[in-house]
This record gives sequence, structure tokens and C-alpha cells, in this order.
Amino acid sequence: MDILLQQIINGLTTGSVYAIVALGYTMVYGVIQLINFAHGEVVMIGAMVAFTVIMALAGAGLPLPPFAIVLAGVLAAIPVCMALGYLLERLAYRPLRHAPRLAPLITAIGMSIVLQHLALLIWGRDPRAFPQIMENTSFAIGGTGGAAISSVQIAIILLSLALMAGLTWFVYRTRFGIAIRATAEDVRVAALMGVDADRMIAATFVIGAALAAVAGVMVGTYYGIAHYTMGFTLGLKAFSAAVLGGIGNLAGAMLGGLLLGLVEALGTGYISEITDLCRWPLIGDGGGLLTERCAADGHVVLFGSNYQDVFAFLVLILVLVFRPSGLLGERVSERA
Amino acid sequence: MNTTVRTLSLSVAAAVVAIGCGKQEAPPAPQAQTPPPAPVAEVVRIGHVAPLTGGIAHLGKDNENGAHLALDEANAAGIKLGGKPVKFELVAEDDQGDPKVGNTVAQKLADAKVVGVVGHLNSGVSIPASAIYNQAGIPMVSGSSTNPALTEQGFTGVFRVVGRDDQQGPAVANYLLATAKPKTAAVIDDATAYGEGLANEVEKTLKAAGVKVLPREKGTDKTADWKAVLTKIKGKKPDVVFYGGMDATGGPLLKQARELKIGAVFSFGDGGCTDKMAELAGAAAEGMICSQAGIPVQAAGKQFLEAYKTKFDMDPILYGPFTYDAAKLLIAAMQQADSADPAKYLPALQSIDYNGATGNIQFDEKGDRKDAEMTIFTMKDGKIAPLAIIKSGKSLTLDEYANLASPGTAGK
Amino acid sequence: MSRKTIGIVLVALALLALPLVLTQVGTAWVRIANLAILFIFLSLGLNIVVGMAGLLDFGYVAFYAVGAYTWALLASPHFNLHLPFWAILPIGALFACVAGALLGAPTLRLRGDYLAIVTLGFGEIVRIFMNNLSAPFNVTNGPKGITRIDGLAVGGLDFRATDRFLGIDFTGPAKYYYVLLLLLLFVIAVNLRLQNSRIGRAWVAIREDEIAAKAAGIDTRNVKLLAFAMGASFGGIAGGMFAAMQGFVSPESFVLHESIMILAMVVLGGMGNVWGVIAGALLLSFVPEFLRYTVEPAQKMLFGRLLVEPEVLRMLVFGAALVLTMRFRPAGLWPESWHKREMREGEAA
Repeated sequence: MDILLQQIINGLTTGSVYAIVALGYTMVYGVIQLINFAHGEVVMIGAMVAFTVIMALAGAGLPLPPFAIVLAGVLAAIPVCMALGYLLERLAYRPLRHAPRLAPLITAIGMSIVLQHLALLIWGRDPRAFPQIMENTSFAIGGTGGAAISSVQIAIILLSLALMAGLTWFVYRTRFGIAIRATAEDVRVAALMGVDADRMIAATFVIGAALAAVAGVMVGTYYGIAHYTMGFTLGLKAFSAAVLGGIGNLAGAMLGGLLLGLVEALGTGYISEITDLCRWPLIGDGGGLLTERCAADGHVVLFGSNYQDVFAFLVLILVLVFRPSGLLGERVSERA
Repeated sequence: MNTTVRTLSLSVAAAVVAIGCGKQEAPPAPQAQTPPPAPVAEVVRIGHVAPLTGGIAHLGKDNENGAHLALDEANAAGIKLGGKPVKFELVAEDDQGDPKVGNTVAQKLADAKVVGVVGHLNSGVSIPASAIYNQAGIPMVSGSSTNPALTEQGFTGVFRVVGRDDQQGPAVANYLLATAKPKTAAVIDDATAYGEGLANEVEKTLKAAGVKVLPREKGTDKTADWKAVLTKIKGKKPDVVFYGGMDATGGPLLKQARELKIGAVFSFGDGGCTDKMAELAGAAAEGMICSQAGIPVQAAGKQFLEAYKTKFDMDPILYGPFTYDAAKLLIAAMQQADSADPAKYLPALQSIDYNGATGNIQFDEKGDRKDAEMTIFTMKDGKIAPLAIIKSGKSLTLDEYANLASPGTAGK
Repeated sequence: MSRKTIGIVLVALALLALPLVLTQVGTAWVRIANLAILFIFLSLGLNIVVGMAGLLDFGYVAFYAVGAYTWALLASPHFNLHLPFWAILPIGALFACVAGALLGAPTLRLRGDYLAIVTLGFGEIVRIFMNNLSAPFNVTNGPKGITRIDGLAVGGLDFRATDRFLGIDFTGPAKYYYVLLLLLLFVIAVNLRLQNSRIGRAWVAIREDEIAAKAAGIDTRNVKLLAFAMGASFGGIAGGMFAAMQGFVSPESFVLHESIMILAMVVLGGMGNVWGVIAGALLLSFVPEFLRYTVEPAQKMLFGRLLVEPEVLRMLVFGAALVLTMRFRPAGLWPESWHKREMREGEAA
């Protein structure tokens, strides 16, 4: 039971990060139906910038509290990523707004490659170790030896919730947010109503990038590592989460992110036990084909944690095939 | 070692330009240029291949330096083969750690009529390339490819002077058995040829000693999130954990394990046997156990260490002493056979008994080094420090080994 | 017309003589040429899917992998099977074709960009399975890959050994060259024939406007499936040749970046245009080697050391090329004549 609880905590933490990244995908998609493939790289750049600032401050020997140093890292990463998000939109995507659908997708892949290798040039090929300056205390849940939740995990989950709430408020309660939603509904009509559509589209990129910056710092401090390739898979998974929840839908992205995090953690945690043939009747469990092997090894596992990266893709494919609008998506994506 | 460098492997083609540029390179060996009357030294080409670009370029350069030094020394010694003075020339190539490029480069060396090859660095590149050398009748000696499959192909001219994964695996497993006396063990790998191969050998040895080994857990060579895997392992309460993989993933693994309060002894192969582990895992790295194939760099022959330092203004990093020995071996075999013709010196190479910078070298019938040494390290104050050298199943301290390895007494 | 014939004859002679000339320089260059042909072949296979039918496939390398592994498993000591090439190559193509249909059937009703992501995921799934199907039952030998794969052998002719015909030595790679050239001619012919066939036009119709195509009576689903399956089959054949030539396959050769590279060849050259795709494939094969031989020495001369590795520079160039092509020449450097026509009409309208 403790283990299950621990896996749920793990899943919720990763899921919160996915959710924050997924929000960036879903906002952009909601407005211009573009999969911003380079979004994962924005997360990576955010982590790298924060890494540089934190290293510099930690090394400078200033009498700053650790919390302030990390905060400075975040505050540096956010504007850099926002600028990057704006540049991406302005230089790569805006000129293609009326091009065939596939053109921006190819551009996005191109930008993703470019950003990765620029990061390689700047920060090198080796993984960079995030300095461990914040005290990372673990709190035991249900006695010693049971599940534990660390202060970083608590911080990630709480911060994610706050960001989600803040974004929801922003999009639904402010004039700016309403203008963004109007643009998402119909660019032309919104423009007729006096909304500067270009600005709104750029705004979704910039807001998404700011969230990505925070996500980057979260991932960096959580795993203690930043690497120039870290963004790509994370981005794909977050995209899967957005699709799972219903792309274009903010609540969907959050739900999808948390669900995907849980699916991954629980899948990794339990799939090997479920697919252990030795536990199956007829095959391993007494008188089966594998009795000898089971007696020798104790287990014959078909699928283990080696398939953990498959889960996200499987979820993505299944959702798209059986429920293309996702869990909460109202809009059916049949705009050929 | 066996690091996979994920170079985008499309460096294929470009036949057209490549021809033009190819001319800048070493021209195909002029075979039959009869030397003018004066006894001009005959050039004997020896190839060296390792990744010189990409993630482990520094290791590739280290390998090349080792071979370079060996050839320079041989040239200074004025070796004669068949009564004629010879000059050894290193044809150094870059395989980018990519099997496809490796094959092309191997062919290049065959075209250049090298008489022997030192390399490659990665097993994944060495294995396919060995087929090309075998066909061209060129002996190859790797100083760093540890995957058992390399010498299991039945090729007569394929050797290595470094221990195999299935020698390294048992060494670290036996050390764990002797010191930690585990009842339950968890084995994790990064699903690469290197990590999985090593993990398999560790598992085999542990199982044979009656230790209960949990179902294998895996990540990838990029995994940063080990929490789910570690939580699962935590529930089974293992006494020791072995991870087959590189430091880039091993560091986070160790750090997260300690965060989850897993108290087991953590152990790694040579990929996780670096100072980088301390950087990535912080204080969690202290006391970890790891192994390297061969002897620690500090234990290599003094003469070699000094010569290397003088020539390259740095210490050898990892496999430099091994490629040095590999090149020296080739030359020694040629001297014994008094010929640089592969067909003639190959038998001498097979039966060689040589004392090099990494100790005594003899090959078994497969081309593996007999009784290769393994070293066990631990992390102490953020640096890996050798604990013991395993030789002939015996655990020796550094000093004991130094006494043993002095010429004449080596080998038993 | 006669000038054209003379041109064709000259090109044919040059192509036939190429390996013999290259062998003089070094057999390594024949190997490089072979890999280049293989990639042209692959990009022409993908051209059917992406260029003609407009289905963005980010996981093409999966079919290449299926073909390569089929050859590796059926002709190596791994299962101790040594089937002849005329059995394996069609089986490999068939497996790849089935894989293509399996992927295509449920996903083809998805819109273009979703399809791209799903194919990407599929490509990764295939690679992950190949990498992990070594336990609990060893099928693919996992990340270690499969070694000692049989080469191509036709009758008594072993393609790995050197043979002497008409007083000329033909090395193994040189012989492979001719086989690959033959296959290349075949795929070019298929591409050209398709371009103006009923199916080809149906594909173009779907690419341009699926709903209109449907309205015009095209069974869009089957026609799209056909494109997928056909492209996949060519990928399978290329994979088989790759396995035979290299003698070694491992999952490392089938990573996402290979898919993107092949896609870049198609996109850059000109989607749908056979000659454009060939030019694109040659260009992208040529750029890295060019950078290798120019950038490295140039940097060493200017700065005394290597600042930017050619490999990194190559990736930057690839990425930028994709972006810039889409921005300034969305139809590729050598666009399909059909595209050109369309653009001119667009200007007139």
C-alpha cells in the first residue's frame, strides 16, 4: 500500500510538470491549430538558463538564502523563454499562417533541431548537474519506511496547481483572456470585433513559453540534471497529455497531464507484475509450459519498465483512434 | 567501454565530393614503389580508429594518443624488419561512434593497406568493422571494446587487450558478494548493448551464488526520472543494486534512490565509474562501488605514464595505456615474425607473451586477454579511488599489484 | 530528342563506370556511394507517402527497421536460418507493408498533423520493441543487435567476395552498387509511373483537398492506405539491403533522427518531384561530408582548435534548411511541375 501511495506521489509530481508543459501546447493549438513541436525545447532552454544563473549566484558566495537563488533562476528563465516563444512565433510560424498544414509542422521540427544544437553549443554535450542548494527534506507518510514526499515534490505540485489556477483566471476573467478565447473561436470574427489577432496569437506563445520556463526549472531541480536533449521526449509526452485531455482545452491539458503522469508511474510500477507469466495460470503457475524457468528464475516478465516510454505513445494512439476529441474536448477535430 | 554516441548516423554519402576531398587524405598505399638504392626506411602503416568527434571524443583522443606514443617509441628505437629499417606510420581515423561510419572507415584503412588496426573504441562499432578487417586479412586489437560478442565471431585476427564485460561483471558481483553479503539484489540497466550486457553478467554471477535477483528494471540512456522504477525496487527491499549504464543516467539514479531512502549498496560498471557521478549525485555518491576493466590509470607502467605526460602534457584518461599496449603488441609480433605481412605475423600475435604498461598480455584462442585484470573503485570525497585489483580471482591492493606486476614476475 | 538520348546514355555509362573509378581511389568511396543510393531509395519510398499523398510520416524508419530485421533474422546464425535473398526480400517487403497497413488503417482518418505525431510514436514504439525483445524470449537480440548476417548471394555469386569479370576486379561493395542501382531504377520507374497514373492523381487530389477528393468519388481511405503500404514496402526492401550490406543491425540505426533525415531529403528536394527528391537526398548526403572536410580544417586554421564540430554544424544546417525551405520555397528547391503550374495560376488569379 505504501508503495502504491509512493507511486501515486511520483506520478502526480511528473504529471504536474506534464500538465504545465501541456498547457503551452494546448493554448497554441486552440488558437491556430498548430502543434508547436519546438515547445519541448523551450522547456529545455528554461532549465539551462536557470541552471546558469543559479550556478553563478551559488558560486558568487553572496549571502543569499537558497530560496532566493532558485527564484532568481526562475525569474531569469521566464523572460528568456518568453522572448524565445515570441521569436518562434514571429519568425518561424507567422509567415506560414496561410501555408498548407504540413509546412508549419516541418518548420517546427526544424526549429526543434536548431534549438537543441544551439543549446549543445552553449551548454555543452555533458549533462549539467543542477546544484543542490535547496534543502530537500522528505516527509514520511504513514510511519517510517513507508511512503515519503519531499519538499521539492510538494513545491512542484503546489506551484503547478497555482499556475493552473492563475492561467484559468487569466483566460476566463480578464479582458485579455477573453480576447484570446475569441481569437481561438474564430480569428476573423474576433478581428472584426476589434481584437488584434496577431497579438493574441503571439500572446499564447509567450504565455506558453513562460509556463515552459517554470516547468524547465521544476524538472531541473527535481531530477538534479539538465541536458540539451531533455526537452524533446518531455515535449512529446506533454503533447500526448494535451491530446488525452482534449487538445485546445485548458482543463483537459491539466487533467491529461496528471493522468499521464499516473499512468506512467503505475505502469512502470506494476506492469511487470501483471505480465509476469509465472503468475499466470496454465502457463507458469503449476504444470505450465514455463514451470522450469519459473522455478529457476522466479519470474518470466513479458513487459517491464523497459516499455515505460511506450505508455505515452500508446495512450496517444488509443485516444486518437477511439476518441479523437480527448476526454474533455468538445470540439471535434474534423476541420480538414 | 561501449558508450553509444548517438550521432545522427546519416553521415553516409557524399560520394561525389568526398572523392575530391579524399585526395587530401592519405593516398592509397603505394605498394610496389621499389626503394631507391640507399636503404630508405620502408613505411609500415598501422591504423587507429576511435570517435574523434561527438560525446566521447576526449576518450577517442586518449586512445589515439596511446597508439601514437607506441609508434613514436618504435620509430625512435629504429626497428628493422626482414633486415630493412622500417618507419611506422599511424593512420588515424574518426568513426564518430557510429557503426555505419565505422564500416566506411574500416574500408578506408583496408584500402590504405594498413598491416594492423588498433581500435575501435565502442563495441557497437568494433563488431561490424571486424568483419571488414577479417575479410581484408588485417589483424585488429581493440583497447577498449568490452562486449563479449566481438571475439565470439570466429574471426582469427580479432583481439582485445581489455577485459570483457563477462569478466568485469563477475568481478564486481563477486566483490559485492564478499563485502555486502546480499540476500536480494536488484539489477537495472539502460537498455543499451553495453549496459544490458554488463547487467546480465552481474545477474548471472549473483544468481549462481544463490542471491535472489529481482526482475530486471530498465531505463534508457537518457532517463532522468528513475522514481517509479526505484519505488518498485524499494518495495522489494534489496541489499544491493547494480546499474549497468553511464554516469549521465547513473548519477540521477543514485541521487533519487537516496531521496527515496533506499539504503542498499549501489554499484556500477565502468560507465558509472567516473568523478562525474559525484557531481550528478552529490553526497549520495559517497561510498558507491564501481568497477573498471583493466587496471586503474595510476597503476599503469611508470615509464609509460611519464612518456605520455611528456608528449601530450596531460595524463591518460581511461584507455590510453591499453591502446598503447595494443600498438606495441602489433609491433612486437612483427618483430618476432620479422615481417610486417599480416599473414606472417598473425601467428606470433596469437602466441605473444608480452609485458606492457597494463601488465602481462597473452591471448586465449578467441583473442581475449588471458586473466585480464579488473579494478574495483569506491567514491571517496567526490573522487573515485581504487579499492582493489582483481587478478586471477584474487583481490589485490594497489601496492600488492605493483609488486606483482614488475617484469618477470607478472602473469601468475 | 536525340540529344536527350545521348545524355541518357552518357549518364548511364557514367553510373556504370562509377564504382570502378571509385575503387581506384578507394573501396571506401564505393561504400559511401552505396549508402547514398540507399538513402535516395528510401527518400523515394517516402516520397510516395509524403510527396504524392501528402501524408506526413515521421516514423518511416520503422519500416526500414522491419525490413532490416526480417533479413537479419532470416539470414543469420541468430536463429540459424539462412534463407535465400529471393525469399527474404519479398518477405521483408511484405512485413513492412503489413506494418504500414496496420499503422495506417486506424490512423488514416486522422488529420495530417495528428497523423504525423502518431507515426512518430509508432516509429519509436517499433524501435523500443526491437530494443527490448531479447527478454524473456530472445527474438531480436536486443540492443546488442544481430551480427554475422548473410550477405547477398545470387546463385553461386557471393556479393561480399571480390570477383573477376572481363579482366576487371569487382569488389564486394562494387557489386552491391550495381544491385542498388538496379533497385533505384526500379523505384524511380515506379515513382514516375505513379506520378501520372490514376492512383497518383488520386493521391495528389487527396493531398490538395481531401473533402473535394472524396466528393469526386475517390475512395480516400483505401487510396491513402495504398500509399502507406507502398511506401512501407520500399522501406522494407531498403532495410533488407542495408542488413545484407552491413552484416550487422541494431536498434541504434533506426532512431527518430533517421526518419527526420529522410523526410528532410524529400521536403528539401521538392515533395512529389522524383528528380527533386533525388537531388535533395544527394544534397543532404553531400553536405555533412562537405562540412567535415571544410569546416574542421578551416576552424583549426582560424582558431587553432575545433569550436563547432561538423556534426553539430550539420544538424544546425539541417534544421535551418527545413525552416527556410518552408518559409521561402514551401514546395522544395526543385518543386514538382504541378506545383509550379499551381503557383503561376495562383499569381494570375
